Amino acid sequence: MNSEARPIIRPLPHSTPLLPAMWAVLKRDLKVNFRQLQDTLNPLLFFVMVVSLFPLGVSPEVAFLEMAGAGILWVAALLSTLLSLDHLYRHDFDDGTLEQLALQPQPLYWLVLAKTLAHWLVTGLPLVLLAPMLGVMVHLDGNSAAILCLTLLVGTPVLSFIGSIGAALTLGLRSGGVLLSLLIIPLYIPVLIFGTGTVTAAAEGAPVGGYLALMGAFLVLAMTLAPFASAAALRISLSNN
Amino acid sequence: MWQFFHKLGSPKWFYGIAGRWMPWLLWSGLALALAGIVWGLAFAPKDYLQGNSYRIIFIHVPSAFLAQSVYIMMASAAVVTLVWRMKLADVFVKSVAPVGAVLTFLALFTGAVWGKPTWGTWWIWDARLTSMLILLFLYFGVMALGSAISDEKSSARAVAVLVLVGVVNIPIIKYSVEWWNTLHQPATFKLTEKPSMPIEMWLPLVLVVLGLYLLFGWLAFVRMQTEILYRERKTHWVKTLIQSEGVV
Repeated sequence: MNSEARPIIRPLPHSTPLLPAMWAVLKRDLKVNFRQLQDTLNPLLFFVMVVSLFPLGVSPEVAFLEMAGAGILWVAALLSTLLSLDHLYRHDFDDGTLEQLALQPQPLYWLVLAKTLAHWLVTGLPLVLLAPMLGVMVHLDGNSAAILCLTLLVGTPVLSFIGSIGAALTLGLRSGGVLLSLLIIPLYIPVLIFGTGTVTAAAEGAPVGGYLALMGAFLVLAMTLAPFASAAALRISLSNN
Repeated sequence: MWQFFHKLGSPKWFYGIAGRWMPWLLWSGLALALAGIVWGLAFAPKDYLQGNSYRIIFIHVPSAFLAQSVYIMMASAAVVTLVWRMKLADVFVKSVAPVGAVLTFLALFTGAVWGKPTWGTWWIWDARLTSMLILLFLYFGVMALGSAISDEKSSARAVAVLVLVGVVNIPIIKYSVEWWNTLHQPATFKLTEKPSMPIEMWLPLVLVVLGLYLLFGWLAFVRMQTEILYRERKTHWVKTLIQSEGVV
């Protein structure tokens, strides 16, 4: 990989306040992702392909797809997030950027938060934007599709934040990819249950406010707590190196 | 108090203490668990609704109870690992994770066997069952991560972080039957409340729970001793111990 594609993180002065420091990390990660566009797009293509497997593999009937569509999209989103997580820290770990990040005077917690946000912006958000189109392909009606996109909008950042813990823990290990999935899938299950539960409730005409509020609570919890675990895990992986 | 705490950091000291405790734990645990199981399976009164099939609770409830409690113990040990870097805490976590997994599986399996005649199905995606399944996956994850990292120190701390992250599942399991009105009944027994079942059913259940705790203690000590011997295999005390026991 050429080094031009991966701008380094320069040491930030002590006086740099948190927000500009986070902004610098976010901008740098977005830049890296846009320079390696194919790597960034791959999880999205995977998402589309997995969704198309279900009508072909299980049943293309409208009745089945209407019922299972939201679940299919959610599972596919979950799997493609899992696949993309390997990229979150791996290259930065290999070329030493991560060590520089850990050495910055600003707390690692905030920098990890910025990195994870950047990860969501390039993997989670495009997934949410693609969802309406795929929703039409699995015959979701307009209302369900809208609710589904809303749950994905709130839910995919939760996936990114929880996943960042697993990515940090498995950094530098040989069997990282599969292990990452083993560690993270159990933690994803509650998000999946409430994500699809919201759409099911909406399809039955039940109020969805409570479900969405719970998903929002997941998001707040994941955003505030996961970077702690993730930063701690990064330091462990770095000391292991 | 602090002296005890510091001693606990020494694998050699713990090895000796564990050896002295083990026979007591084993025999008292066996006696209690066997008494409870024989009493529960053979002599406790029949349930007026479920007949004899209810008797599986004498295995099911204790193993489910212990499966969650082992995870909480692991989480406490994980805190000790992260805060005080105590080696023994990590030895404990690594040694009991497979035991916890087996107990969780046992709870799920006996639940399925009981569910077939009572609910008419082996498995149902109810909140309590699903969260126990997640607990099983968490145990698997802890075991997988522990064996994937070869460096002892990083492995200890990484596993501790994972165990602590997984703790969020424990309250979900505990309260799933109260938050969601599900097929699985609420907690069968609580130590702090008056039992909701006749005393002839409740007593054997308590005996099995206590016995299983003691047996778990014994098994944890056996596994921890083995783990300590392996980790300290290059030290002087282990070498002399092995030579004096005539085992190579």
